[in-house]
Amino acid sequence: MASADGGAYSYSLTVFSPSGKLVQIEHALAAVAGGTTSLGIKASNGIVIATEKKSSSILIDDSMIDKVAVVCPNIGIVYSGMGPDFRVLIAKARKSAQAYWKMYGEYPPTRVLTQEIATVMQQATQSGGVRPYGVSLLVAGWDITRGPTLYQVDPSGSFWAWKASAIGKNMINAKTFLEKRYNDDISLEDAIHTALLTLKEGFEGQMTEKTIEIGVITVPTTAELEEGKIGGETGRPKPTFRKLTEEEVRDYLAL
Amino acid sequence: MSIMDQNGGSVIAMVGKDCVAIASDLRLGNQALGVSSNFQKIFPVTDRIYLGLPGLATDVTTLKERFRFRVNMYTIKEEREIEPETFAHLVSSTLYEHRFGPYFCEPVMAGLSKTPSGGYKPFIAATDLIGCLNFAKDFVVAGTASEKLFGVAEGLWEPDLEPEDLFETISQTLMNAVDRDAYSGWGCVVHVLTKDKVITRTLKGRMD
Repeated sequence: MASADGGAYSYSLTVFSPSGKLVQIEHALAAVAGGTTSLGIKASNGIVIATEKKSSSILIDDSMIDKVAVVCPNIGIVYSGMGPDFRVLIAKARKSAQAYWKMYGEYPPTRVLTQEIATVMQQATQSGGVRPYGVSLLVAGWDITRGPTLYQVDPSGSFWAWKASAIGKNMINAKTFLEKRYNDDISLEDAIHTALLTLKEGFEGQMTEKTIEIGVITVPTTAELEEGKIGGETGRPKPTFRKLTEEEVRDYLAL
Repeated sequence: MSIMDQNGGSVIAMVGKDCVAIASDLRLGNQALGVSSNFQKIFPVTDRIYLGLPGLATDVTTLKERFRFRVNMYTIKEEREIEPETFAHLVSSTLYEHRFGPYFCEPVMAGLSKTPSGGYKPFIAATDLIGCLNFAKDFVVAGTASEKLFGVAEGLWEPDLEPEDLFETISQTLMNAVDRDAYSGWGCVVHVLTKDKVITRTLKGRMD
């Protein structure tokens, strides 16, 4: 079945093979498995998502590459797989978050946004003339009902909530490593260090602030929430997700 | 003669101490002719949110169903009950979607919203027919008797009323205001929302 050219069931339209497989989706998963490693860990007081970013040439300005993206003040996403596909998904996710804001006057809960992205990815497995998205995502977010949550979305459009997960080239080793390291009452600081330690396993080349990207969810205190949703003069809520700056990443690497 | 005054009717909502009240008249008319004395224009949205829809009766019924649909979809999708603030925005968006051919209703909402520490906070709001939100700290009014309601409420309302006193205040405000409006009246209904129960009472009014 899995011949070198992909066999008879690998047209651009996703078609079932007699064994019940959708070979196009498996190819998309292969594209993800070829991508750089990304991981996410849920801590007791937040979430960390991290990825390695490798550039093929030293001439590339890697400060301009964004692999961890902010969708809305309470949600961030990291990916493994095809960069351009991720860009398209992020644009759709941001638009969906703003549409939600326009309707309800608040940003979507993590699960609702994840479901929205998953729907877009599922549609690409059932529509004509398109291919599935070649990315897996780790969606980290905070909302009032479920607190901090970490989701993984696959090219098939399926999604799960994780305590910790890894995607991409080194996912098997990274997951085994995380299984050994994880416990439920790990703090965010410890989780960031565990994340870096996990990335270090099987990292090719030097791990620096230029080759690592980190995003964190910090859980607001009850007092901060009590102050109200609206923050400052902009009327925007105080973000619970933010990307760490190069300086902050360097400090974590030094420890 | 405005289309907003075709069927008549008025709604008012007030804030009390850890409680809110919403009340309306029960008249349905065809201009000056009274048709029904049991036309409900206040609807429960959740256990902690009530929505009043004064205005054109056909749009009252349509909007009631529209909000029922949207709130049901929200509850299923999000696996949680909608909060009053969120619902107010939903009402506003729904009305603004019809900016250039609006529903002739001016919704009034009353509810108790959950605070992050687990308590309940009184919430009232009203919008115009295209969804411009008005979050008030004291009371909101709408309908054909709105000017009169404003006047009486300004005189009777005071802060931190207990549920029973709030009931008295809102009832007196509404009854006295609708008696001075030919298009509102024919009995009233009052709901007082507290954190553990909703008190609903129907009041008799002048039938002229």
